[in-house]
Order: sequence, then structure tokens, then C-alpha cells
Amino acid sequence: MHALAELIASSPVFAGLPPEHLELIAGCAQNVGFDEGAVVFREGDEADTFYLVRRGRVAFELHTPDRGGLVIETADVGDVVGWSWLFPPYRWHFDALAVEDVRAIAFDGACLRGKCAEDPRLGYELMQRFAQVMIDRLQHTRFRLLDVYGGVAVS
Amino acid sequence: MAASPSAEAPALGATIPLVHRLRSRTRETADTWTLELDPLGEEVRPRAGQFDMLYALGVGEVPISTSGDHDGAGTLTHTIRAVGPVTNALCTLDEGGVVGVRGPFGNEWPLAAAAGGDLVVVAGGIGLAPLRPAIRHALREREGYGAVSVLIGARTPGDILYVREIEEWRARLDAEVDVTVDAAASGWHGRVGLVTKLIPGAVFDPGNAIAFVCGPEIMMTFVVRALVERGLPAERIWISMERNMRCGVGHCGHCQLGPTLICRDGPVYRADVMTRLMEVREL
Repeated sequence: MHALAELIASSPVFAGLPPEHLELIAGCAQNVGFDEGAVVFREGDEADTFYLVRRGRVAFELHTPDRGGLVIETADVGDVVGWSWLFPPYRWHFDALAVEDVRAIAFDGACLRGKCAEDPRLGYELMQRFAQVMIDRLQHTRFRLLDVYGGVAVS
Repeated sequence: MAASPSAEAPALGATIPLVHRLRSRTRETADTWTLELDPLGEEVRPRAGQFDMLYALGVGEVPISTSGDHDGAGTLTHTIRAVGPVTNALCTLDEGGVVGVRGPFGNEWPLAAAAGGDLVVVAGGIGLAPLRPAIRHALREREGYGAVSVLIGARTPGDILYVREIEEWRARLDAEVDVTVDAAASGWHGRVGLVTKLIPGAVFDPGNAIAFVCGPEIMMTFVVRALVERGLPAERIWISMERNMRCGVGHCGHCQLGPTLICRDGPVYRADVMTRLMEVREL
């Protein structure tokens, strides 16, 4: 198997995919690096790529007029950065910044969308897996909205 | 293994407040202080997981878990979040001021049962305070445990307790210590996300690990689920409960939760027993 395909197979989001699908995905992937402080993508820019973090940490940030920059979530080793490449209008909703030196696998969204259109089995698999990522983040966001640590003291 | 470990009958000091003097008051966060109290007579000696009733003279009494170790001189350590009249009175007391203490009450974290295997400690918010004595014990007796993982969740970076001590734990390199917050300002280099997100990557063998969990009940519910998903049986997960503890000796019934009195039988319970009760909405 292609070395990149093996790396991809070891990530939680792609684990268990058949080798032929991993090879198709690896065909749209390349290794990339971001120095600490580098911008991975900016809110509003075209979402033509997503990333799988292999090392380091990426922060998703939202800028508000009254509170400045807010980190709403971080992505660490094994996490996926970005799903806006999947859905029109293919624009990022947040900034993503490397808060440490980051090594990642970058995936060409347009390339992968094309392969999904040609192979609906691959498309269905990827949709299922990205839906799981989105559901997990939605549940985590709902939980954090409860502000459980702001309530009555435990101790 | 018993569903709540080593609950013992309280000592005589359980009903009569013992006079202590405030030696020091350290601000941990915007609303949380750690108090060190020296006995003026008879001592109270809480163990990891137990709590004392602290009496702010003329204001009232609150249950507060011990958050420190015995130093041999009988000094008590309690970390208190100022959320009401009594805790506000305690957190604004001048050094040298007098506090009444009853206790110790309740049972302990089952450190003996955890020895020999991996230990996972998951703390949310001020839930780190009752766990700190257990963490200190495990790090002090480090050779007695396998992997030690300490996973800490807080509201914001400014709400993290014991920042300097956490850095010391991290610097040891023989324990995994990970911190995450719910929200942060730009420039924060740590994790942002739920504490449950730390569990899949935490270093422990579900086959021989024991977990101690303390935090808001909803947080503990999700942490227990995540630990069970990781393969750790609920029978080896222990959680610390809080209810409206008043008497501390199981007489008044204010802290009743179904068939159990938290002050007498708890506050530390096996998760498989307690999560069933937590799921009953009327309790």
C-alpha cells in the first residue's frame, strides 16, 4: 500500500476503509507542515482542502467585535480539520491557526468530491464518517453550551 | 468490591465544631480560594475523598472536601468556591480568623484498590479539589501504580485550579497530565474542547485500570460513558457525589439519594451503582 495510504488508514476517521478506497483517497493527499502561528485557513476563504493532524495542534477561532478572537475548539493528533469542502458554497466558517508546529495530511477537496461522484460506495463511506465527526462536534458544542462548570460548586 | 468504600462511623468531633484558625488564604481563580486552617485544640484528620463541615461563625455551615494532605501538624486544606453567603464569608475571612470544623465525614477514594494497576483521574472544574489528595498520593507512591493519567477540564484558562502544581505534575514525566477548557481567548496554546475528548487518547489499560472522577454530575455521566466506551468496566470507575449535606452523620436526611445517604455512605461511589440512581429524574 502507498505510504500515505497507510498513514491515512491509521487515523480514526479513515480506519477500516478497504485498501482500494484508501488508495483513492491517498491519490488526493499530500504531506504539509505549518509553523507555529501560521494560518491554516481563513474564514470566508474557499474551502478546497481539509487536513488530518499528524502532529501539533490547530485552533479554530472566531473573531467578534466586542470580545476579539475566541478559540472555539482545537484539533489535535488524529483529528480532522475542516468539513466545509463537502458542502456548497465551499467556504470556511472559522479561522484555523497552528498553535504549535503542525504536521498534517492535506486532502484536495475537489479531487475527493470527484472520486466520490465516480464511486458512490466511497462517497457513502466518507459521508458516514464525516457525519460522525460533525455529530461528535455538535454534541460537544451542545454540552459546552450547558456551561456545567459555571454552576454550583462541587466542593 | 463494595459499592462505597470504607465508610466509618464518625468521631466525636462530628457533632461538635472544633475551633481552627485561618493560617493562609490563597486565591486560585476569580471566585475560588484555598484555605489552610490550624487547629487550636483537637485535630480533624480527613483522608482523600472525605469532607468536613466548615462553620463560618454567625453565618452558617457548608460541606467542603479536603483538598490537601496531612502535614503532621493537623493543618487542614480546603479549596472553596464563593457561591453563597457561607462560602463568601469563608473566602473573605482575614488570616487569623476563626472557623469551626466538624468532621471528617464520608468515605475515601479507594487508593488501595487502585494500587498495582493504572490510575485514571478525571476532574471537572472545582472537582479537581477533592481529587488533589488522591493525585498527590499516587504521585508520591508512584512505584505502586502503573500508568497515571490526570485529565482536567475547566471553563476557561482562568478557571484552572492549582496551575503551578499542575505544571509540577507535568514536569515529572512519569504521569500523563492533560488539561482542556471549554472556551479561551485567542493566544491560548492549550486544548479547547470537552474533557471527554481526552479519554480515547489517555494512556491506560482498561483491563487493569481504575478511574476516579469528580465534577458536575452531568460531566461525570458523560465521562463514565466515555470510560466505559474505552473498555473500562463501570465497576472500576468511582465518582464523588454531592448533595445538600447538613448533619454529616446520616441523621437529618437532607443528602438522601434514593436508598443512600451521601454524607454517610458516600461521597465516593462505584459508578455502576450511582449512575443508575442519577438517571432517576425525581431523585
